[in-house]
Amino acid sequence: MDDAMVRIYIMGKEYKVPGNLTILTAMEYAGYKIKRGAGCREGFCGACATVYRFKDDYKLKADLACQTKVEDGMFLAQLPFVPAQMAIYDINKLKPVVGVFQELYPENFKCVSCNACTKACPQDIKVMDYIQAIVREDLARAADLSFDCIMCGLCAMRCPAEIAQYNVAILARRLYGKYLVPRAEHTKKRIEELDKGMWENEVRELMSISKEELKEKYTSRDREED
Amino acid sequence: MALVGGYTEKMWESIRKVEETRKDRCEKQYPAISLEKGEELLNKYHPDYKEGNTREIHVGPSKGSKVVQELADLLEAYPRINPDLIDLSKVDMETDVLIIGGGGAGASAALLASMNGAHVTLVTKLRIGDANTIMAQGGIQAADKDNDNPAIHYLDIIGGGHFDNNPELVKALVMDAPGIIAWLEELGVMFDKEEDGTMITIHGGGTSRKRMHSARDYTGGEIMKTLRDEVKNNSESIEIVEFSPAVELMLDEEGRAAGAILFNLETEEYLVMRSKAVIIATGGFGRLHIQNFPTTNHYGATADGLVMGYRAGLKLLFMDTVQYHPTGAAYPEQIIGQLVTEKVRGTGAEPVNAHGEQFVYPLEPRDIEAAALIREVESGNGIETPTGMKGVWLDTPIVELKHGKGFLEKNFPAMYRQNMRFDINMAETPILVYPTLHYQNGGLEIASDCRTAIPGLFIAGEVSGGVHGRNRLMGNSLLDVLVFGRRAGTTATEYIQGVSLGKPTLNHVKSYIKELEKLNIPRDRVAPMILPDYTRKETKEKQLTTNYLGTLW
Repeated sequence: MDDAMVRIYIMGKEYKVPGNLTILTAMEYAGYKIKRGAGCREGFCGACATVYRFKDDYKLKADLACQTKVEDGMFLAQLPFVPAQMAIYDINKLKPVVGVFQELYPENFKCVSCNACTKACPQDIKVMDYIQAIVREDLARAADLSFDCIMCGLCAMRCPAEIAQYNVAILARRLYGKYLVPRAEHTKKRIEELDKGMWENEVRELMSISKEELKEKYTSRDREED
Repeated sequence: MALVGGYTEKMWESIRKVEETRKDRCEKQYPAISLEKGEELLNKYHPDYKEGNTREIHVGPSKGSKVVQELADLLEAYPRINPDLIDLSKVDMETDVLIIGGGGAGASAALLASMNGAHVTLVTKLRIGDANTIMAQGGIQAADKDNDNPAIHYLDIIGGGHFDNNPELVKALVMDAPGIIAWLEELGVMFDKEEDGTMITIHGGGTSRKRMHSARDYTGGEIMKTLRDEVKNNSESIEIVEFSPAVELMLDEEGRAAGAILFNLETEEYLVMRSKAVIIATGGFGRLHIQNFPTTNHYGATADGLVMGYRAGLKLLFMDTVQYHPTGAAYPEQIIGQLVTEKVRGTGAEPVNAHGEQFVYPLEPRDIEAAALIREVESGNGIETPTGMKGVWLDTPIVELKHGKGFLEKNFPAMYRQNMRFDINMAETPILVYPTLHYQNGGLEIASDCRTAIPGLFIAGEVSGGVHGRNRLMGNSLLDVLVFGRRAGTTATEYIQGVSLGKPTLNHVKSYIKELEKLNIPRDRVAPMILPDYTRKETKEKQLTTNYLGTLW
């Protein structure tokens, strides 16, 4: 079943490709050398956002070219770039409050709750819900809901309220991570020790001993239990 | 072929055996291997030890040393540009500090150089963030807990690296590590934490303390997205030029770094970029597909920085070793070679063979673990997929037996989602894995402040060699790019004080070409590669163009 050839339409042009390929590898099979439209090729970078629909269907779908198998009758095009707005700020001068968003991203408050962003998200993130969480100044929820965002921009391309959700989301996560989550005390403590020159001698000692002595220390070191 | 839960009936027969032994395995600990037995295993099964894996190179500063074949082909290759055709007096762009590469190392270098007052231009082949950093899943190491310290971290690293690491670089790595974690917190990175802010840390392969800090299984993504945001927010001092890889360094008449030749991927122009200092942060070579292995690496990981730095006169270290990540996806076909993070084993998953038997301690250093998986498949204990690929099971449901239901979906959203796209629920069924090309252990020689043998040329991240010796441990690469990225940014800014822009030349490229000519290297061997070629032979035979080979000679 998988080995059968399928017909796909890259930017409207028909190509026959093996049905077991992803959209990305199918484009390469067809002869495209990709410059824009591929990054990590593993679903983490958001470079290969693709819009498609099936022949005889009016509905537009969206997904990542590197994580989606081709199917017969796909009409597809990749987004080479998303020209969405990104606010410029100094994170150190901001506060984790809704006022920051009102100032930097006023359009965020014009969300019409149509849910088109959520439907477009290849990561199945509840995009509309995190936009609404920001409106309610619930940054913890916005940060949690948007955590898996890979910033492909598909949400922004579908939004009738012109919101660049993914840019709003990273601001929410940074404010939450920086101001609302307690810092690790043990990390601070270790840095203070290092500033005082602690551990310098212990490390220098290991740098000075022979390979044989190092091997002995390495094999006899104890391991913290799981 | 009918699939149930993503697998064929034949694969299910083996899965049932895995299920039968699960409870028993959950209660027992498989013992770790000794140093001697480990060496034996590597010798027999690790791809690095395969006859014909490397060859001696006959050109450049490391002439006579052995490097992997695929890299040797790029080092013994002509430049993309004919240096006589480039008019260096026509300068297209100028900057204080030129950073080549837009991953974690490049972004950190940019931030520190900018913080210290330099004007920075960051050029990158694809987009800023399209790098291995953004795909790193499992975690970042730092010895910041009470039962741990930098000396213990040092010992773990040096043992993992087979005691060949550069001690000064390892010291820099372990001593800077806690500061890196605090810097990331300050920038707003959302680490996995207890309610009081205590980091949730786990083991990685070869660690003796739980010092793996993570952000679910998007650790590198979370870090890279944050750094990229911060870089973009410093647009007054940091200029970003995307889709413009550097293809050659320029040196001035005194042999100092003086900029680079860039290639605009879209207009196909070669541009002259002058600078007072250059930082190479171009990452590794996964897309060379050493020994035809699939890779976890991003599209642009083609060793461009190694080629440029080598031609300019820098030595290479440990280029005969390659890191194969023990667990790449072996099924389904669409994701073969993609990463299954070591964090899955860090939380209790176990490699198991076709008969449901465990055959290796799950958290050996990566080279040993990978060799054990290869041994198992080569001994006939692997599982074959419908396309003929072979792998072993990574028993993931056992993780939920240990930590409770829902643990995998919550802590591994990327892995879980990726498998669910193909109807595989990793909380209920094991996943099939086989080693995949993951990391360039070696690279260009650097000092601990990222200086090199060439004044004004600094290097950071995977493109450098020495810190990991012959084998890197999990979680030390994210650490590496940040530690040395920051150091490079700082050192480069110190260096440019009082340095004026020199007169750029490509003399080193011209003499390299003369060496190549003497060796009768075939003229169509061209580097840097810039992007891997996945075009089919049938298509290529009809593409009678020169586009991807460089300037016409």
